Amino acid sequence: MKRAKKKELISLLAMVSPVSFWMALLIALPLIYILGISFCGTDEAHNIVLSPTLRNYARIFDPAIAGIYLNSLSVAGLATIFAILIGYPFAAIMANAKPFSKTLMYVALMLPFWTNCVIRLYAWRTILGSNGTLNFILLKLGLISKPLEIMFTRGAVVLGMVYTLLPFMVMPISTVLEKLDRGLLEASSDLGARPATTFLRVTLPLSAPGVFAGVIMVFIPALGFFFVSDLMGGGTSQLIGNLVERQFKESFNWPFGAALSVLLIAATLILVRLYTASGGQLDDLGAM
Amino acid sequence: MKAPGKRGRRERIKNSVSRIFAGLVYLFLYIPIAVVVLFSFNTSRRNIVFEGFTLNWYKELTKNTALLEAFRNTLIVSGTSTVIATAVGTLAAIGMFRHKFKGRSLIDALLYIPVVIPEIVLGIALLSVFSIARIPLGLGSMILAHTTFCIPFVVFTVRARLAGFDKSIEEAAMDLGANRVKVLFGITLPIIAPGIASGAILAFTLSIDDIVISYFATGPSGTTLPLKIMEQVRAGVKPDVYALSAVIMLVTFLGVLGSQIIAYRGAKKMALAKDKGDL
Repeated sequence: MKRAKKKELISLLAMVSPVSFWMALLIALPLIYILGISFCGTDEAHNIVLSPTLRNYARIFDPAIAGIYLNSLSVAGLATIFAILIGYPFAAIMANAKPFSKTLMYVALMLPFWTNCVIRLYAWRTILGSNGTLNFILLKLGLISKPLEIMFTRGAVVLGMVYTLLPFMVMPISTVLEKLDRGLLEASSDLGARPATTFLRVTLPLSAPGVFAGVIMVFIPALGFFFVSDLMGGGTSQLIGNLVERQFKESFNWPFGAALSVLLIAATLILVRLYTASGGQLDDLGAM
Repeated sequence: MKAPGKRGRRERIKNSVSRIFAGLVYLFLYIPIAVVVLFSFNTSRRNIVFEGFTLNWYKELTKNTALLEAFRNTLIVSGTSTVIATAVGTLAAIGMFRHKFKGRSLIDALLYIPVVIPEIVLGIALLSVFSIARIPLGLGSMILAHTTFCIPFVVFTVRARLAGFDKSIEEAAMDLGANRVKVLFGITLPIIAPGIASGAILAFTLSIDDIVISYFATGPSGTTLPLKIMEQVRAGVKPDVYALSAVIMLVTFLGVLGSQIIAYRGAKKMALAKDKGDL
């Protein structure tokens, strides 16, 4: 009996200790360090100095910083709304498709993501730029007299975000819709509800956890994707991600960058907490 | 009851609206890809209008050693991280499925963190640790970083597969005298192999396209393709980058198509066998 217990323990340690060490050293430790330095200051040589301060957090109320925050929240918010408007109907079509077309639709949805996203965003620049393909065609057709300025605007950044993150909205919604009990929809229709009523009162509430998961998977990355703003906005539309990036790569104010990151983590944890409180499963956020 | 004709017509309209909508979404997703492929054959180096067909950029590509080296680095980083993450993640998923132990929820929490927090936060956090531990920035640090964010995705995908796993099969094998290692390799792993494969594919997909975390973990000793392209974009992309992307696209397209055909045939065979009563 005792030997069996010992063997059990060895098997447990062999399987679980690699992941434990890895996660402790490369997730827990770095995040604790970030939390720690967010309360520190810097000297003239950009070295981190241990002097407890809340200054880094107070800087968020600086109008320039607050402006970037508001811009970033509105870009992420708009991208999330458009992703739902496009992603929900698409997920519904996919969930109702026959098995073969469903597989085909899924593969066709994921396939573009095997190509580097920077190059795909750059291609949008080729299409939408002021001497891009779209303007060339519209000018040739005489529909416009001067090129449309689409690139390097906030709208272009939102477009880039929706383009990059759309599958992360589609997948959780379609998973939920697939599991939906068809009997409930039939019951609703048999009891005289019109399709619109059935959708609003039955389908939508039941698929809410999927939408919520999609919102987390789109909204949170959209706050941080500085490269989308670089490529599509060309510096006109700064995001929280750009601000953090600059603290670490240009102005070397790590403590301030750390404080900004801690706020991002806090926002994420609040959203995830709301998600689990409303009955969402954490595993659904990770499995595609 | 509505007249069947009316219902049928409504169904038909609904179907065609669905088709058009799905078509438009795919158009949105594939337009940039079409541009990449088309302009890789363009005689003009300014990517504005298609002026004429040439294979010149593909020839140029073979001479662009910096770009090819970045591509090689990408394969090294993604390949290595996928292998490590799949091994560590699969073991963890099985271990956490089999045993109940103190600290399990803590490991779980640590696994969820990289999935939900913005990539940029993980990027800077890892950069900080690399700088404290004096780990030189380069391919090694990028492999460490990529493996870190890939492990959770492997664990969750394998765990989803384990959810339908019948533990009594393992017990039966042990009662018949197989030891733990034999059970693991002979019974458990083969049964959950599809889950491990999809976990590995997911890890590779995430790793090969990653830009945010690589951006912070990279260093003088080596850069990956997404970062190289990002660098070139600032100066203006030459169509040889498009040519490389088109080649990668063709290879992945064939790979995905092939694996799907195999999977589909396998599923069909299973269904046939079931019908005949073989299973």
